[in-house]
Amino acid sequence: MTVYLDHAATTPILTEAAAAMTAQLGSVGNANSLHASGRAARRVVEESREAVARALGCRPGEVVFTSGGTEADNLALKGLFWSRSGEDPRRTRVLSTMVEHHAILDPLHWLAEEAGARVELVVVDRLGRVDLAAFRSAVEADPESIALVSVMWANNEVGTVQPIAEIVEIAHAHGIPVHTDAVQAVGQVPVDFAASGVDAMTVTGHKIGGPYGVGALLVRREVQLTALLHGGGQERDVRSGTIDAPAIAGFAAACELAVKHQPELATRLTGLRERLVSGVLERVPEAAFNGDPVNGPDHRLPGNAHLTFPGCEGDSLLMLLDARGIECSTGSACNAGVPQPSHVLLAMGCDDEQARASLRFSLGHTSTESDVDALLEAIVPVVERARAAGQTARSSEKS
Amino acid sequence: VKVLAAMSGGVDSAVAAARAVQAGHDVTGIHLALSRNPKSYRTGARGCCTIEDSNDARRAADVIGIPFYVWDLSERFHEDVVEDFLAEYAGGRTPNPCLRCNEKIKFAAVLDRGLALGYDAVVTGHYAQLRTGADGLIEMHRATDMAKDQSYVLGVLTQEQLAHSLFPLGDTPKPEIRAEAERRGLQVADKPDSHDICFISDGDTGGWLGEKLGDAAPNKGGVIRDEDGDVLGSHEGSWRFTIGQRKGLRIGTPAADGKPRFVLDIEPVSGTVTVGPRESLAVTGLTCIRPLWCGTEPSAPLEGTVQLRAHGEEHRAMVVPAGDGFGVTLLDPASGIAPGQACVIYDGTRVVGSGTIASTSR
Repeated sequence: MTVYLDHAATTPILTEAAAAMTAQLGSVGNANSLHASGRAARRVVEESREAVARALGCRPGEVVFTSGGTEADNLALKGLFWSRSGEDPRRTRVLSTMVEHHAILDPLHWLAEEAGARVELVVVDRLGRVDLAAFRSAVEADPESIALVSVMWANNEVGTVQPIAEIVEIAHAHGIPVHTDAVQAVGQVPVDFAASGVDAMTVTGHKIGGPYGVGALLVRREVQLTALLHGGGQERDVRSGTIDAPAIAGFAAACELAVKHQPELATRLTGLRERLVSGVLERVPEAAFNGDPVNGPDHRLPGNAHLTFPGCEGDSLLMLLDARGIECSTGSACNAGVPQPSHVLLAMGCDDEQARASLRFSLGHTSTESDVDALLEAIVPVVERARAAGQTARSSEKS
Repeated sequence: VKVLAAMSGGVDSAVAAARAVQAGHDVTGIHLALSRNPKSYRTGARGCCTIEDSNDARRAADVIGIPFYVWDLSERFHEDVVEDFLAEYAGGRTPNPCLRCNEKIKFAAVLDRGLALGYDAVVTGHYAQLRTGADGLIEMHRATDMAKDQSYVLGVLTQEQLAHSLFPLGDTPKPEIRAEAERRGLQVADKPDSHDICFISDGDTGGWLGEKLGDAAPNKGGVIRDEDGDVLGSHEGSWRFTIGQRKGLRIGTPAADGKPRFVLDIEPVSGTVTVGPRESLAVTGLTCIRPLWCGTEPSAPLEGTVQLRAHGEEHRAMVVPAGDGFGVTLLDPASGIAPGQACVIYDGTRVVGSGTIASTSR
């Protein structure tokens, strides 16, 4: 029996989403064809667009379907950078944070290397929350030179929710557009596009009980984006490619349900997470709970429990838990499967060793008390073993 | 027993892991990430640290049906193998990094961590055979396929390490291993063997050393002279030379007798490189340091054979243990032997132990 505690990586598809998707897989019809089959496919796509818009608080015309979060992030960052710097060549700065996902950091790095962007990553505090004073002074230093701001809604590793309203207020005072990657937030905390004030927002299907390979960039009508994928211009002329009606139908069904059930899910996951964290800390007193300890949608994702186990290698812990059927994550970026210390934890002030000694447990819609209990039962022998193995792989005290 | 299979992404370690499963062991596959930035090391499928190799190892683990993880040993590898390799070359010696990696990484860092995590042994695709001797000690013997025998690079393992090692391929010729990989559905069945040093991406050891050591003061350059002390030319770094080297000396004047000249000696402090005829390369005596014994340390002189380089020939020899090292009298003289190379001692097919050559005599 597998105990799945890695919902932040991906969460099981909802029955309704799978049904909505499979219902379309058997139908022929390119949503851009003019005949009856095409119109039928188009209708599915447009109804899905309306459903996503209703669930996330935007207008249907503001939903640009993509192949997922990474594409939406790339479209937002590059599309906004090119269009804004095209309008005014002085706009070469991009402000973001030290704790973004690689789907943000890597496109920014690329823009800096290849397109002359000056990327500034604002520091965060020990909880992983962006330093608003530092952000404000970065903006006010020279607002005319800023092409865009991108700050994630909630952190994928430690679950800290960012002060998006304040970010928007500071940036909009100078007419600077704000993008947010909300892939971890939807379904866990309330997310409303219009109310948040952001200009562009990334969402994705498989983190909310929908299928893989589909997501959206929500982007205000008045915001100009330069296209990344050129072709048929299917999505608002900024995203080309034959529209994936079945995936979009599944995504929309998941989106509606995730948002509808968010309040009760958050309550239930908060309880489970508290049980998990207090249970682990009781059994392994030297462990530390990372991120914001306060509950609530402005503080942390309810399903995220990020813990440091001093003296242990995160990947030893992961391997030992995996052998017992308990699945979690080291929460670190994977390059060729090579574990690197997490840039998020380093930015929060952890040293290399602490960063490597951490595990992320993330709960979701299928999580139960017995999942948590299975972890609590395994954690002591696993930590003892991992501690004995220590961080041997990296110190050469034996040589 | 619970074993860790070190999987490089090549055919040998894949079949070794499959054989361990077949033998009834509880096997977990691991791929060792030895470079922090894989791109800076190999880019082709010739070594053991590329993304492609890691994927090949993962796919082999899938086919075999075992869990698979990547272990980051890049820091240890850099400290214990790469830096040592550079320091040895800078000192005018010719090291073998594969022995060093086996001694410090595969059968030390990996084994230690594995034992602590509850594993009993490490299984690798090395061609060598383990047997329990009459005295109850574990003996390591050459592989039956002498063309593939790798007991030389394992000559640094001690009894404790051997007790936690499995080499399931030692009794099988390589072509049969490839055929077996094919039968088992392993995609790596026809992947070429790796030969070069895994951390030198283009196989150009001289160029790589030049890049890393070029500015190291004692190696900046020096003279090339003959055995009589006559200066024949100059060079830009003694690390460019290994004893026995013939090509690339770039000496203008030919030898009086018209015969080719070989590097006889490298003096790392002055950078002086001595060259001479092939006859002068013949070595009859060795002094070895850092002895490592696979079983009991011999208490009396031992008549056996020694091997002085990977896939090199065997030389009949008399080995005399001497405190923290041993002396070797070669009954069959060897040529092109450089300090830094490993001398592995055999009694028949059994590996007795090894040492690092500190000096040679002619």
